[in-house]
Amino acid sequence: MASDTTMAQPGTLAAPAAAFIAPAGYWKLVRRRLLRDKTTLFVTAMLVAIVFISLAAPWVTSYDPYQGSIMLRLKPIGTPGHWLGTDETGRDIWTRLCYGGRLSLLAGVVPVAVSLVVGSFLGIVAGFVGGRIGTLIMRTMDVFYAFPSILLAVAICGLLGNGLTNSIIALAVVFIPPMVRIAETVTAQTRQLDFVEAARAGGTSTMQIIRHHILSNVLGTILVYATSLISLSIILSAGLSFLGLGVTPPQAEWGLMLNSLRQAIYVQPYVAALPGLLIFVTSMCFNLMSDGLRGAMDVRLNR
Amino acid sequence: MAKTGALDPRDRGGKAQPLLTVQNLRKHFPVRGGVLNRVKATVHAVDDVSFSVRKGETLGIVGESGCGKSTTARLLMQLIAPDEGTLIFDGDEVGATGGISVAAMRRQMQMVFQDSYSSLNPRMTMVDSIAYAPHMHGVPKRRAYEEAESLLAQVGLNPQQHARRYPHEMSGGQRQRVNIARALALEPRLVILDEAVSALDKSVEAQVLNLLRELKARFDLTYIFISHDLNVVEYVSDRVMVMYLGQVVESGPVEAIYRQPRHPYTRALLASKPSMDPDKRTTAMPLTGDPPNPIDPPSGCRFRTRCSYARDICAAAIPPLAPPMVDDGPAEHLVACVVPEAQEGRVLTHA
Ligand SMILES: Nc1ncnc2c1ncn2[C@@H]1O[C@H](COP(=O)(O)OP(=O)(O)O)[C@@H](O)[C@H]1O
Ligand SMILES: [Mg+2]
Repeated sequence: MASDTTMAQPGTLAAPAAAFIAPAGYWKLVRRRLLRDKTTLFVTAMLVAIVFISLAAPWVTSYDPYQGSIMLRLKPIGTPGHWLGTDETGRDIWTRLCYGGRLSLLAGVVPVAVSLVVGSFLGIVAGFVGGRIGTLIMRTMDVFYAFPSILLAVAICGLLGNGLTNSIIALAVVFIPPMVRIAETVTAQTRQLDFVEAARAGGTSTMQIIRHHILSNVLGTILVYATSLISLSIILSAGLSFLGLGVTPPQAEWGLMLNSLRQAIYVQPYVAALPGLLIFVTSMCFNLMSDGLRGAMDVRLNR
Repeated sequence: MAKTGALDPRDRGGKAQPLLTVQNLRKHFPVRGGVLNRVKATVHAVDDVSFSVRKGETLGIVGESGCGKSTTARLLMQLIAPDEGTLIFDGDEVGATGGISVAAMRRQMQMVFQDSYSSLNPRMTMVDSIAYAPHMHGVPKRRAYEEAESLLAQVGLNPQQHARRYPHEMSGGQRQRVNIARALALEPRLVILDEAVSALDKSVEAQVLNLLRELKARFDLTYIFISHDLNVVEYVSDRVMVMYLGQVVESGPVEAIYRQPRHPYTRALLASKPSMDPDKRTTAMPLTGDPPNPIDPPSGCRFRTRCSYARDICAAAIPPLAPPMVDDGPAEHLVACVVPEAQEGRVLTHA
């Protein structure tokens, strides 16, 4: 190119070479914006703490989550040695909550992760390819859409039998259709923008267009939606356990704990409320984190 | 300006050979509907369009909205597949055996779109967008970015100030400059400007038009300039092609078309154009009514339903593009009309 006419300042030439092409610069910007957002930082710290304590359960408590003592049934909050009290079989509530976080988080996060991968793949294919394949995918999803999500989860769990794996499968099936729909809508919207045609006119291959132009504009929305689904997923999986369709006793899981402490609600109402409070706080944190993410990813909003 | 004057090494047939020849280009869009998504009708977006673009010229394409200008542009860029038609780029048939490949042609042909915002990836900075395609084609990253910054400067933007900005942080005129820079990054010989200045404010439009003129000289470019704005087309074009409902109704040198239009549609278009000089206004009736639907175009001459000269032969067959019957003007002036009175623009006296 005859670039000898107006040359750029030499000093500016070093910086861009270091930057990776396409979305890397954008994600850096998102991170910078997230680090400035106090609410998001706070809820993320809370979630990290909850996850950490759950994973480190054997080290943050010395009790056995399954071993109770008849002598220590339904002790109140503040009992020496059992600072959050005990349950109806005399097991330490703090211990049960710590171990319970493992299953509750697993049962809440894994279905969303599965539906994120499967759903965005199907949705991006449907939105980008369109035509008959797109119609086939979307009509299939509509069939699942016809049922309310709780009903569908209960029905699938009833069909497969109870247990952690089946509860995860059931919730993944529930979350795939909305994920596909979001991914399809955003992809179809993005695909018809002129920059996609401009990229194609510049000789960019279909795979490169999807990787560099579609994904960077679509993944944000899908990711934000997925984080907001985690809270619903935690509540639904706890609900399934509460109904006896998910995790089975004597395992520790927040929904299941809520169910078994139900009988103690008049004796130790504060203790009985603890698993519910944790479900509420955790799902709230995921929701707020998703809001923060949405704000940070919208480049049109300043700061 | 290293290139000016020197022959482009990619040049094949010399100055006299058209850079691009389009033969019998056709594109119909199916309109689907109903429960079974059956094809209910077809939009005749581009119907049997032929023309050529000479090296170094600006060919203007005008016509009302929906007449198939953008579809023509996208067909030329091979962004959509034609139903029929041949493209010959500098003597080589595109996509044919022994010709040049679509990829090779695209590298010599680029396009600028109307919407400056949607033309840029909102997640990419300006240099990212400009350097992207050359980098994909194997230019080392560092060099691609250096050239992107140099191009920013050449389209009148300060690289230090604008290179790292996102599209939403720029004005429409600045974004369109970046879109032009991105098109130039692939060193094209032909640039298609599809309503590239139509969305800009008048003052910004004038600046960008001047920039386009400068760049054309500096890089030895050929332009296809598409617009519905007759004044702008007159200002930039060497030759003009007038489209109506997917067909070419008149083409020729800009002076011939604007001084002595031979098609009643061209005359009506020019009459409806806001003119600075009242003496210049022609006597032709202004265009009334919306253009008929391209889904079901009239038989024969497609303009006949809005033409006051229309008669039986107009419905019989599509009039071929031919030199005007009454002309002593330039040889390359062509008009698709078979009624002598209509070509002359004689005032009709109804008995
Ligand atoms: N992808 C498409 N599917 C169906 N119809 C289309 C499509 N693209 C364009 N058309 C139709 O083709 C005609 C010509 O459109 P276009 O080339 O955009 O016109 P212009 O650019 O001159 O305004 C219009 O009637 C338009 O509705
Ligand atoms: Mg158009």
